Amino acid sequence: MAKAVGFFTDVTVCIGCKACEVACKEWNQLPGNAPAFLDSFDNTGQLDGQNWRHVKFIEQTRPTAPGGVAWTMMSDVCKHCTHASCMEVCPTNAIIRTEFDTVYIQPDVCNGCRDCIAACPYHVIGFDADRGLAQKCTFCYDRLQNSLMPACATACPTQSIRFGDLDDMRQLAAARVEQLHAQGRSEARVYGDKEYGGLHTLFLLTDKPEVYQLPNAENAVVPRRNNRAGYLGSLATALLGIVGALVAFRGQRAAEVKEG
Amino acid sequence: MPQHFVAPPDWGWYIVGYFFFGGIAGGAYALGTMLRLWGEPRDASAARLAFLISFVVLLICPILLTLDLGRPFRFWHMLIDARTGSLAFKYWSPMSVGAWALMAFGVFAAGSFAEARWPQSAVGRVLGGPLGRPFMILGSAFGLFIAGYTGVLLSVSNQPVWSDTWALGGLFLASALSSAAAAIAFVALRRGGDAQVSTPKLFAADRYFIILEVVLLVVFFLTLGAAASKVLGAWLLLWLIVLAGTVLPLVLHLRPALAQGRSPLLVPGLVLIGNIALRVVVIFGAQA
Repeated sequence: MAKAVGFFTDVTVCIGCKACEVACKEWNQLPGNAPAFLDSFDNTGQLDGQNWRHVKFIEQTRPTAPGGVAWTMMSDVCKHCTHASCMEVCPTNAIIRTEFDTVYIQPDVCNGCRDCIAACPYHVIGFDADRGLAQKCTFCYDRLQNSLMPACATACPTQSIRFGDLDDMRQLAAARVEQLHAQGRSEARVYGDKEYGGLHTLFLLTDKPEVYQLPNAENAVVPRRNNRAGYLGSLATALLGIVGALVAFRGQRAAEVKEG
Repeated sequence: MPQHFVAPPDWGWYIVGYFFFGGIAGGAYALGTMLRLWGEPRDASAARLAFLISFVVLLICPILLTLDLGRPFRFWHMLIDARTGSLAFKYWSPMSVGAWALMAFGVFAAGSFAEARWPQSAVGRVLGGPLGRPFMILGSAFGLFIAGYTGVLLSVSNQPVWSDTWALGGLFLASALSSAAAAIAFVALRRGGDAQVSTPKLFAADRYFIILEVVLLVVFFLTLGAAASKVLGAWLLLWLIVLAGTVLPLVLHLRPALAQGRSPLLVPGLVLIGNIALRVVVIFGAQA
């Protein structure tokens, strides 16, 4: 097995140029969605079957910022979770873990049931209606197999998106947080070192994860947590239903006998 | 309140239809079995009708599920790993377990249908003998699973509402049993014939199923807490239909005098409409 790879995305140096989005579409031959005017400079909107990279433009009211509004940009992408919710529920085994420890949807196996979309906690996977498949970032699997860097990281002009061995990315993230803390930016934090068993896409954030629409550690939970209680609830209902039917049938019979 | 930053899977009418018809198929099979095991000889017609309904309704299910797929011709990927050729089965994925259970239940439903429709056939003779009882009991276990696992499937996700409660499996199962009793009674009353004599038994059982359903509806909202706001508001009209399909039939079951002069199809009709509304509001409401 090859070494586990990872991204480290530093939101403090993202300028929202969307070069990553363009490079991703170019390399993966994604035609994109029809243009739409959204209520923001962010005209991509969200990650979906056509947008495997999405630069979020997060507007925050901040009295100290010019105009009272601060922008935070974050290039979002599949997190390639160690405990991947999508992979957990996929009934066809279309979603696999590659030799690079990334999560990949095999397009020739996926049948478009969309259970993975319901499970992904990060709004990453989208349905490609033209191909009838669930789609998401492949971590440029084809480029990795040819020892090339993913297209987004290659195109990023500010090195907001860094790519390398996962361990190196973790060290880079920790060092960057330390540096920012030394500069007095105590709000800086790493996201992804613990969530879902550790993500392969680490983020340096300057606010709570929720601000970036990332679930916090408490809410980063896998779908299978509900299996046991759900089935036990069904079993109890089935038993009560059977008892109810038995009581009803016997009671009705007794009533009919009584009535003659 | 739990955080959700998820995309909806856009499950729509095909899934609503599958959940509804799958529930009736599974519930009707179980009720047919119970009428055979605990009923009187005169309940044989209703039991036969239950098995006929179960199989006919079940036939719709794989069609709806296949049509919902982005790649319908890859429906078999649910059962066979297309890359390795081995079986695709994950006990922790309700969709995977459900695909297998649906197939297994199909065998039982088909067998009991054949026995009910052609009792003198080879299948009819075998299942009419001592093998019939364990066959029906096992088939009922699969039927009840089909009726309830759909709720668990929704819960085993990260979607708002669905994943915030453990009650959906039980709720769908209770409403499936109620729908099944209503469907058998509805057909029996419409067609006339011997099966009609069992409708009081079915209505009596339905009382308990509706009580279970109402209790589980309360549990559903209690477990949701603040997350319930997502399926309220704009969905109130559908919830009123759900109530009209549960509370009203229960009142009419308990106070038959109130139903006097009205069509006997009123109560089963209300139950069926209410249970469709329940699935619509749970599926569409959470994804809105």
